[in-house]
Amino acid sequence: MIFSGLSKETIFASATAKGKSAVAIIRISGAKTATVLIDLIGSVPQERVLSLRRLKHPQSGEFLDQAMVVFFPNGQSYTGEEAAELHIHGGRATLNAVANCLLEEGLRMAEPGEFTLRALQNGKMDLAQVEGLGDLIAAETEAQRKQAHLAHDGTVTKASSGWKKDLTHCLALLETEIEFSEENLPPNVKNQARNVILQLQETLKGEVGGVDIAERLREGFEVAIIGQPNSGKSTLLNYLAGREAAITSNYAGTTRDVLEVYMELEGLPVCFLDTAGIRDSSDPIEKIGIERTKTRARDADIRIFLLEEKGQFFPEIECREGDLELRAKADLIKETQSRGISGLTGQGVDLMLQDISRVLENRIAKVGVATNARHRQAISQSLEHLVKAYSELGRENCRDEIVAEDLRQAIRALETITGTIDIEQVLGEIFANFCIGK
Amino acid sequence: MKHHYDVIVVGGGHAGCEAAAASARAGAETALITLKFDGIGQMSCNPAIGGLGKGHLVREIDAMDGVMGQVADMAGIQFRMLNRRKGPAVQGPRAQMDRALYRQAMQNTISQTANLATLEGEVVDINYANGKLEGVILADGTVLTAKAVVLTTGTFLRGVIRLGQKATPAGRVGDPSAIRLAERLDDLGFPLGRLKTGTPPRLDSRTINWEILEEQPGDDKPEMFSFLSSKPHARQISCAITHTNAGTHDIIRRDLDKSAIYGGYFESTGPRYCPSIEDKVVRFAERESHQIFLEPEGLTTDLVYPNGISTSLPEETQEEFVKSIRGLEQARITQFGYAIEYDYVDPKSLRYTLETRNLENLFLAGQINGTTGYEEAAGQGLVAGLNAARKALGKENVQFLRSESYIGVMIDDLITRGVTEPYRMFTSRAEFRLSLRADNADQRLTPKGIELGVVSAERKKRFGEKLQALEYYRDVLTKKSLSPTEAMDHGIVISKDGIRRTGLDLLTYPEVNLSKLAEFWPELKEIDQQTTILLENDSVYSRYLERQNQEAKSLNEDERCRIPDEIDYMSMKGLSGELRSKLDSIRPETLGQAGRIEGMTPSALAYILSTVNRKTSYSQARQ
Repeated sequence: MIFSGLSKETIFASATAKGKSAVAIIRISGAKTATVLIDLIGSVPQERVLSLRRLKHPQSGEFLDQAMVVFFPNGQSYTGEEAAELHIHGGRATLNAVANCLLEEGLRMAEPGEFTLRALQNGKMDLAQVEGLGDLIAAETEAQRKQAHLAHDGTVTKASSGWKKDLTHCLALLETEIEFSEENLPPNVKNQARNVILQLQETLKGEVGGVDIAERLREGFEVAIIGQPNSGKSTLLNYLAGREAAITSNYAGTTRDVLEVYMELEGLPVCFLDTAGIRDSSDPIEKIGIERTKTRARDADIRIFLLEEKGQFFPEIECREGDLELRAKADLIKETQSRGISGLTGQGVDLMLQDISRVLENRIAKVGVATNARHRQAISQSLEHLVKAYSELGRENCRDEIVAEDLRQAIRALETITGTIDIEQVLGEIFANFCIGK
Repeated sequence: MKHHYDVIVVGGGHAGCEAAAASARAGAETALITLKFDGIGQMSCNPAIGGLGKGHLVREIDAMDGVMGQVADMAGIQFRMLNRRKGPAVQGPRAQMDRALYRQAMQNTISQTANLATLEGEVVDINYANGKLEGVILADGTVLTAKAVVLTTGTFLRGVIRLGQKATPAGRVGDPSAIRLAERLDDLGFPLGRLKTGTPPRLDSRTINWEILEEQPGDDKPEMFSFLSSKPHARQISCAITHTNAGTHDIIRRDLDKSAIYGGYFESTGPRYCPSIEDKVVRFAERESHQIFLEPEGLTTDLVYPNGISTSLPEETQEEFVKSIRGLEQARITQFGYAIEYDYVDPKSLRYTLETRNLENLFLAGQINGTTGYEEAAGQGLVAGLNAARKALGKENVQFLRSESYIGVMIDDLITRGVTEPYRMFTSRAEFRLSLRADNADQRLTPKGIELGVVSAERKKRFGEKLQALEYYRDVLTKKSLSPTEAMDHGIVISKDGIRRTGLDLLTYPEVNLSKLAEFWPELKEIDQQTTILLENDSVYSRYLERQNQEAKSLNEDERCRIPDEIDYMSMKGLSGELRSKLDSIRPETLGQAGRIEGMTPSALAYILSTVNRKTSYSQARQ
């Protein structure tokens, strides 16, 4: 059951090697291609012509990248299906942002070889391509093996084999109730299943959260500096950068876009964001800057609020755990009650950096074994079914076969990580644990 | 005596009867060859038909107008729907049989089937030339020719009965085993394996103290196997339940080394789900007691089948441990339990039609393919019989799909995965379990039967009426609807989102049923019981059925893509050595089947497809 049930889905994958490169190409194939293009770039570009477009997040409208987009109508693509290519800037951050966006649109990451399989199914391969395919696959498999080995060092496999064991066990408990209800079964078989599901849910939830942090670890954590106009944000950034990264002046509203400064903080990649000062502005350009500030600030890992008076707050940007509130322009103030900072004198900067790295270290400690978007997709889907299974188990007239169905779906979702779980394994578990049979 | 037939079926067990009847229904002139006419329809193991998964199989056989369901309804003496308290997809009809009535009803059915002759004789060899089968040879030297032959020899291939330290060649108690036939299959290069199974001692009902035992009655409203039956024919009785105890287990443990199974006399594999009492005592040492169902073998016999204590311990030990059980203190054993070991043919060497790849026109069905159970045997008999007939008549073959039937699941499992222990049907083997219910077997398969011309006019008519009623009420329920507020007025609580719910939507709420809806929609007042059950059962899983249908659709697409026989896997350098040899031995017939082979990857599948495409274009392969 590798593709069965999947061939109608729209799939995508990066067609270029992972890692830093000037251009990365994402291929999309399937019936939803045109719809996704409309969502991302607002329209379907002219067929088979490379067009320059701005990629935006369909929900938030956030700008993702400037891209060359080409659309292939049904029957006139590599796979023979409706298809598209997005030529975006290389580098993981952009690639992941676009990939996440496509996942949210309901697309699925392609299995290795799946584009070719579709091409074959639709009669799109010519003889020369077919001849070379065998070698290609051999190479692909070897590369995958190496990649899998290097990238995860076996930890994903190890952890997922644990999940696999738990899921097999749960399904076995449910199937025992279904297939052998005539037998003398021990009581509380279902309670046992319920407990295992609950624990597994917690583990998988942690993994989903951990994937985000793992991604940040690769691409850099974002720390947003927030304050009213002219509260010294750019001065602080410049101090951190050791150079004039942002143009500072004492005219409020100087920074209209978001500026970034990368630095390494005790081995962690951190990107400081200087943001437009938040105030009511009538200047349309400044307004856009302020909106963008709010979005970036909300998405950042840590926010540093530069306060010019006690109790000051920014209604649209929530202060969350791990964020810092510091007295702005500490060099001008003599009171010592609240912690201050100054980009002019460097006062309080070391302390702030220590705090940031401590917060980030704590978060990294929670990173699980699943480290990429593909894992996250599998795990979130699985989690969805586990939640359903758990709630059905809690019903008074619990329908065992529905719990079992959701468990099966949970297993299927995880199969890209765990490998296939066979009904024979489930039956084996049943016969090993219960005395079944007349 | 006539010496030529379209189809010859060898064996009169459950697979053989179903195969012969199906072949005859399909229009082929058919002969059933069996040792003794009186042995037709014999139940060699427990006197019951159906159960979970198995009951599904019987309903499916019936939906194709097969014989098992109606015969079982004639002979049933205690009907129970298993899992009645669970959802409809995992309920399975089961019934105790009167052995004699079952045999009688089956023999009548076989004698009355048009196009079907029954011959007594022992088939000792097969005739073939150029890789094609031409007929069979009987022990008396008679040569019969046929365009296709279905072998259903059960446990008779080199069968050996073991009881304690004794070993006797036999197909079952009192019948000789088929040794020459097994040797012939060996010569022809069929991959053979060995399996074992066991049976409990039989008891004399008059020596059991029924008074003190827990009674297990049948259902108040018995549900029949056949879509054409309405009520049982025979008088209904109860079974009883008793248990082993610590004393029983001590006796068994003491004599373990004398057991055929534990004394190291076996190399073959027995079924895990049907362990001998020796197995249970050893593997679950912490259990102080095991359940035993005392099942009467009929209305006019004193034989009782104690379900749960199959054994191969020596006679003396069997006597002793049986007497240690409550209610059986005075019980007399009329036939001792035994284990039987027999050859089976690796079913991976078969096609979807159950035709062998080694020898054209030879079909195998039943226990010879490594399965266990009457229902599994009959299901294969149906498939082999239909396909043998169609092949003999020059018609296109019939494939049963995983997505449409348990029969399809079983055949695909057998030919794709092979067996490591006797294969038994479980509902969990069917990935489309929620769609494949016992109650909708006719909706799934009768149209196929009608199309193949194997369904009687009577069944066709009744099926048509049933569908009509179903469609009518489904239409009513689609057109009628309630707003959340209106629903509230009728006491149905749904979220106030302003969306109207149709009658079908409302049925998906656990607390809503058709009689509730009939309170305010009078059109539903006249609805019959059968239609009610079907509509309510469909609604239970509606949320899941859509997804299953979607999956089934793409699965079936892969299933339609045929892989030609002559494809050479060993020369595919892109595939791993392991996968190459698996593919070479299983030789999947469709892309779908290839995808289910263990260790298959999308890349490998793409590669296989590319090789197929070189020979035929994909659209041609798909037909």
